[in-house]
Amino acid sequence: MGLKRKDLLSLTLLSADDIRLILDTADSFKEVSGREIKKVPALRGKTVVNLFFEPSTRTRTSFELAAKRLSADVINFSPSSSSVVKGETLLDTARNIEAMQADIIVLRHSSAGAAETLARGVKASVINAGDGWHEHPTQALLDLYTIRGRGMDFAGLRVAIVGDVAHSRVARSNIYALTKLGAEVRVVGPPTMIPLHIDRLGVKVYYNLDEALRGVHVIMMLRLQLERQGRALFPTIREYAQQYGLTNERVKLAEPGAIVMHPGPINRGVEIAPDVADSLSSVILDQVANGVAVRMGILYLMSGTGA
Amino acid sequence: MTIESETGTRQERVVMDAGDIARALTRIAHEVLERNKGTKDLALVGIRTGGVHLAHRLVRRIHEIEGTQIPIGELDITLYRDDLSLRKDQPILRKTSVPFKISDLKVVLVDDVLFTGRTIRAAMDGLIDLGRPAEIQLAVLVDRGHRQLPIKANYIGKNIPTSRDEAIHVSLEENGEEDRVVILKA
Repeated sequence: MGLKRKDLLSLTLLSADDIRLILDTADSFKEVSGREIKKVPALRGKTVVNLFFEPSTRTRTSFELAAKRLSADVINFSPSSSSVVKGETLLDTARNIEAMQADIIVLRHSSAGAAETLARGVKASVINAGDGWHEHPTQALLDLYTIRGRGMDFAGLRVAIVGDVAHSRVARSNIYALTKLGAEVRVVGPPTMIPLHIDRLGVKVYYNLDEALRGVHVIMMLRLQLERQGRALFPTIREYAQQYGLTNERVKLAEPGAIVMHPGPINRGVEIAPDVADSLSSVILDQVANGVAVRMGILYLMSGTGA
Repeated sequence: MTIESETGTRQERVVMDAGDIARALTRIAHEVLERNKGTKDLALVGIRTGGVHLAHRLVRRIHEIEGTQIPIGELDITLYRDDLSLRKDQPILRKTSVPFKISDLKVVLVDDVLFTGRTIRAAMDGLIDLGRPAEIQLAVLVDRGHRQLPIKANYIGKNIPTSRDEAIHVSLEENGEEDRVVILKA
């Protein structure tokens, strides 16, 4: 058994069975993370390289911790400390890293498709840790794992994805995976943030948050990328927060027991009210903890399939 | 008895039936109690999957004899296997569940078949990562020989000398099969 593929690039390429295998494997690693000695020797002698062209403390740390808990050697590369600033191409950088006997390369890049380009050029397994606006498969998998961990079934599950769907790789990966597993996905945000024809992916489009939240089991908030919103996709942050910010009153529109998710880091008072972020329905910190277990599962499953 | 399988015709010989297995487990339960002078600080940990069922049966036997319930855990050794990096396909992981602190306990590892010793080596590594047991003992239903590591069982249901081209199959009621141990010869 296993994933039977060299790379993890996109959730469009995984079957529902592949996804279930990853979630089941993560279950075993959750147990490891709960131990006093949080380490197993499964990846002893393997080298995992975190190649992060975009800053991301959260995802990088999660991958680093996952690899270390599996006893792999971990190297962190970032552009400021590598030859990229000297004009080296992505592929040349990766080939140099590969020449150091890397088994798995975890890539974060600002360009969509970078992971796929890299995967075609190197023998090592490549894991996409976010490429541009394209996909962020491991974040979606940890979201699914968190949902399942709350005892929810995917078949018939109603999920609302709220915010800047157009520029969210997390949203895209979640849409692919959730629809594949039989969930109903609603996307909601200002028209400027909802891509045209997204309904072709099998999702329902809403522009009114209150309507979208009625009867959902999961509310997945997206981060408003304040640092990248020079393009003025909405008039003011205050107006956005009024129309699309999640408040306790709005959570009550969802099914009783609904959970609130956010990939972090959260903008308190903008996309999510502070009291919602800290409420019992919030599973934001579970997502972080589960991220390590899910990434351990992925590294484990990929480790037998690469070079 | 001759059985047909996908790999061709195989000779099958029953070496332990349900009665033999039951008697062997009863004897092992007595031996465990005798060696450890009762159940104080004693725990059983079954190695997935066959060993777990046998460990549960042993705990029930010990309860019948001594009237005490001893803690039982389930260990998955996949992550500790020494051939993980050699395999193209990853084996399926199952959960380890040892819901008690094993430090300072006398832990009896339980498995169905003792063969090369590599599974037991992996199990000992896995166990020690959970804590520092005072002692690790080993109980197996069948010892078929061919050790590749210096490992010896403390309690053996039955010694069954085999050749390398033979396989031992332990079927158990818990898996929806009849209790028996068979030797399969290619």
